[in-house]
Amino acid sequence: MKQYEERIFKLIMIGASLIILGILVYIVGTIFYKGLPALTWDMISKVPGGGFYLGKEGGVLNAIAGSVYLIFGALALSLFLSVPLVMYINFYLPGKSWFSKIVRFSLDILFGIPSIVYGAFGFSLMIYLGIRASLIGGIITVAMLIMPIMMRSLDEVARLLSRDLPDALLSLGATRYEMIKVLLRQLMPGLATAILLGIGRGIGDAATVLFTAGYTDNIPTSLNQPAATLPLSIFFQLGSPVEEVQNRAYASAIILTVIILILSFSARYISSKFSKNSI
Amino acid sequence: MISANKLLETRTFKPVLELERVTPLKKVLNKHTIRIENLDVYIEEQHILKGINLAIPEKSITCIIGPSGCGKSTFLRTLNRMHDESPEVRISGKIYIDDENIYDQGVNVIDTRKKMGLLAQRPCTLPMSIFDNVAYGPRIHGLKKRKVINQTVIKYLQYVGLWDEVRGRVRSSASRLSIGQQQRLCLARGLAIEPEYILGDEATSALDPLSTKKIEELFIRLKEKYTVILVTHTLRQAKRIADNIVFMYLGKIVESGPTEEFFNNPKKQLTRDYLSGSFS
Repeated sequence: MKQYEERIFKLIMIGASLIILGILVYIVGTIFYKGLPALTWDMISKVPGGGFYLGKEGGVLNAIAGSVYLIFGALALSLFLSVPLVMYINFYLPGKSWFSKIVRFSLDILFGIPSIVYGAFGFSLMIYLGIRASLIGGIITVAMLIMPIMMRSLDEVARLLSRDLPDALLSLGATRYEMIKVLLRQLMPGLATAILLGIGRGIGDAATVLFTAGYTDNIPTSLNQPAATLPLSIFFQLGSPVEEVQNRAYASAIILTVIILILSFSARYISSKFSKNSI
Repeated sequence: MISANKLLETRTFKPVLELERVTPLKKVLNKHTIRIENLDVYIEEQHILKGINLAIPEKSITCIIGPSGCGKSTFLRTLNRMHDESPEVRISGKIYIDDENIYDQGVNVIDTRKKMGLLAQRPCTLPMSIFDNVAYGPRIHGLKKRKVINQTVIKYLQYVGLWDEVRGRVRSSASRLSIGQQQRLCLARGLAIEPEYILGDEATSALDPLSTKKIEELFIRLKEKYTVILVTHTLRQAKRIADNIVFMYLGKIVESGPTEEFFNNPKKQLTRDYLSGSFS
């Protein structure tokens, strides 16, 4: 009996893994199959030509630049708020504090809110503040979108941190601030994970930037200018009735995938550099 | 505040009720010592330490023994105010260290902790190099000169006998050391902040016999300069290294006194039972 149990369970595990892998291969395969022929150097190095983003000429450099600016801005803004918050609820407040419970609970809810709602919220915030569709508007909105997931993932790592290290530091006469500076090194892998999740959720999202960052054929040169983004250009290209333009959408998707890959690897690399002494 | 000498007089010539239980210890009390008066500790609503009165003589090793859960570690943590970090702990009573009640308002907790070097049960190295581990304490307490820091680090690594073992790789990660080496590193790190007292919370319980021996030898050397207070599980260790023994049970001090007297001629029935292994 036990052997069958073992075998069945093993089959389920292998099956699940294969299904996931299959879906991944199918998606990436489709993107590459349809996109590779359309992926030319012009796609990467030029802004759209021929007047408008639906055209067949030029490339999506405007969207590449916009997406990269946007995600770096959003990451910076989000980290600026996430790290202090996570440090506060984990290392300043006592373990059973109701405040940290409320914060965690609301972050869990915020994480579940669809991105279009963030977009709408960001848009109304921008109207209130008198900002037009612009890079800064997009950055703020995307930061709001990725903040819950970044905070929660960093928080989970911080919670798992053994109490020994804070105790050791405090008993050496360190202040809380000095303690946190050391703890952050230990939390580097968690920080990297948080950044990866933030990138993944932020860079690929179209709904948040639809109203807030706008769309343009130019590369933004200031925070007040609208910025194009890759998800939106994919969206617009796919919506075109012309097949050539549709294929360009897949090429854009390849570019987006590669950007995510590069950012992920660099985040991992940087975090391993920083935490060289921790493991 | 009663001065230590006055306390001594009171204790020797006319024992008053509240000081009756202050233990007669080997050495004469003077200024540099720890004196605990009517210490009560509650964690949430639980009464963990009950009316502790104790004087700890300087430059000696005092071992606190007792079965698990008797409050030994809680007691040790009151000495460097680590309970400040947990709001569910309530402390009443007085702990005089160098004639100053560390729980008085206005006493800087950092200063108190700087006076107490704590060696934890499991060695916990900081996520940095061996060198930086030892240099960490002096640095946060304001030592800036590179040369002085270098000297301090080498001095204390030599003191704990780690220098020759790690000489070529002080810049590599501390976590790569063996667990016994890590514990000695932690001791060096604690000593580098130049404390006056050394607290050990079952500091050898995670170590192999050889490393344990090294740490014990260090403790014996340390008592020439420092007052050492150790919580220990093993009676044999207490017998080997302690000058004075404090036996705790269920949050109270049952008996205390010089080691030989304590082991050879225990006064209380409970102590005799514990020593004979009737309970642990």
